[in-house]
Amino acid sequence: MTRFILPFIIFIVLAAFLYVGLSLNPREVPSPLIGKAAPAFTLPQLYEPAKQFSPQDMKGKVWLFNVWASWCTACAQEHPLFVELAQRNLVPIVGMDYKDKRENGIEWLRRGGEAYNLVVSDFDGRVGIDYGVYGVPETYLIDKQGIIQYKQIGAVTPQVLREKILPLIAELQAK
Amino acid sequence: MKYLSILLLCLLPVFSYAGDAKDMAEDPVLEKRMIGLAENLRCLVCQNESLASSHAELAEDLRREVREQMRKGMNDKEIIDYLVARYGDFVLYDPPVKKTTLILWYSPFVLLLIGAGTLIHKLRKRTSQNAEEAELSAEDTRRAAELLNQPPETAQRVAESSNQSNGHSARFPHPNPLPQAGEGANESLRDTRN
Repeated sequence: MTRFILPFIIFIVLAAFLYVGLSLNPREVPSPLIGKAAPAFTLPQLYEPAKQFSPQDMKGKVWLFNVWASWCTACAQEHPLFVELAQRNLVPIVGMDYKDKRENGIEWLRRGGEAYNLVVSDFDGRVGIDYGVYGVPETYLIDKQGIIQYKQIGAVTPQVLREKILPLIAELQAK
Repeated sequence: MKYLSILLLCLLPVFSYAGDAKDMAEDPVLEKRMIGLAENLRCLVCQNESLASSHAELAEDLRREVREQMRKGMNDKEIIDYLVARYGDFVLYDPPVKKTTLILWYSPFVLLLIGAGTLIHKLRKRTSQNAEEAELSAEDTRRAAELLNQPPETAQRVAESSNQSNGHSARFPHPNPLPQAGEGANESLRDTRN
């Protein structure tokens, strides 16, 4: 009997490691930016390139920063959620059109519906690098002090919005 | 006409000569340094490719970024810190030792120690067991003496009875069976004693 105990323990330990290891998503790279100040930038706005936007303009507000592109399919999936969220007027949403063409971005928004209080264009992807973007969509939740509190890699789903993002927004706005 | 067209066809490669591929950077030394650094960095998009070999757009952008920073005079460590600040340790193929990577770095040695310990323990146990088995007990010594001192018939009986109790010898004939009684057994017994 005792000779089976040790192999059994080894099996359990291996199974536990595999269970945890294989259920992780290798595409989700934990961002080192969470808890840090959102990197500063100044970018032209998509609709009026003469006007600029910089994250400092949002100081004192909790806001969502959504990185998207017209060539990205997952962005089209999550976009209706942002349109709906914008109608509820809970939180300002800033969009960043990432590595795109201006006319494509505008056309995409015209079709998908307006969701953003403001859209900036990052056509060469430099600001994307500063934010650790390695694919679109990515969404950041930034607090009143300009600290990144949450990062969603990939499309925001109704579940993530309901269970993580909205409660966190309420909590941060109350502060 | 036919020959002329063949001749023209033969000349085609001369006109289609493409020229050397243009250098990625104006500065080949810098390019070499960039590739050397990027080979140790992971591409975030195609995760099993290095930043140097990946064709993903992000990898191209990051290579451009690294090139520019090298031109600005930043050293390799500063550039790596720049990338780690944005993408985390994940970009490194050689992650630093810290709390979260302790298992990654040290578990192979722990497993090796456990393995070596088990092996040594098992081997020791086995040799001590063998040594115990090799020693003759008092009973064995008494029986051996009995066999040597008995007249042949009794000796054989003792041997046979012990053969029966011991499966091995029953199946494999004894290499030196004791001589049968009346076949010069006395002589042979005397011979061995002399």
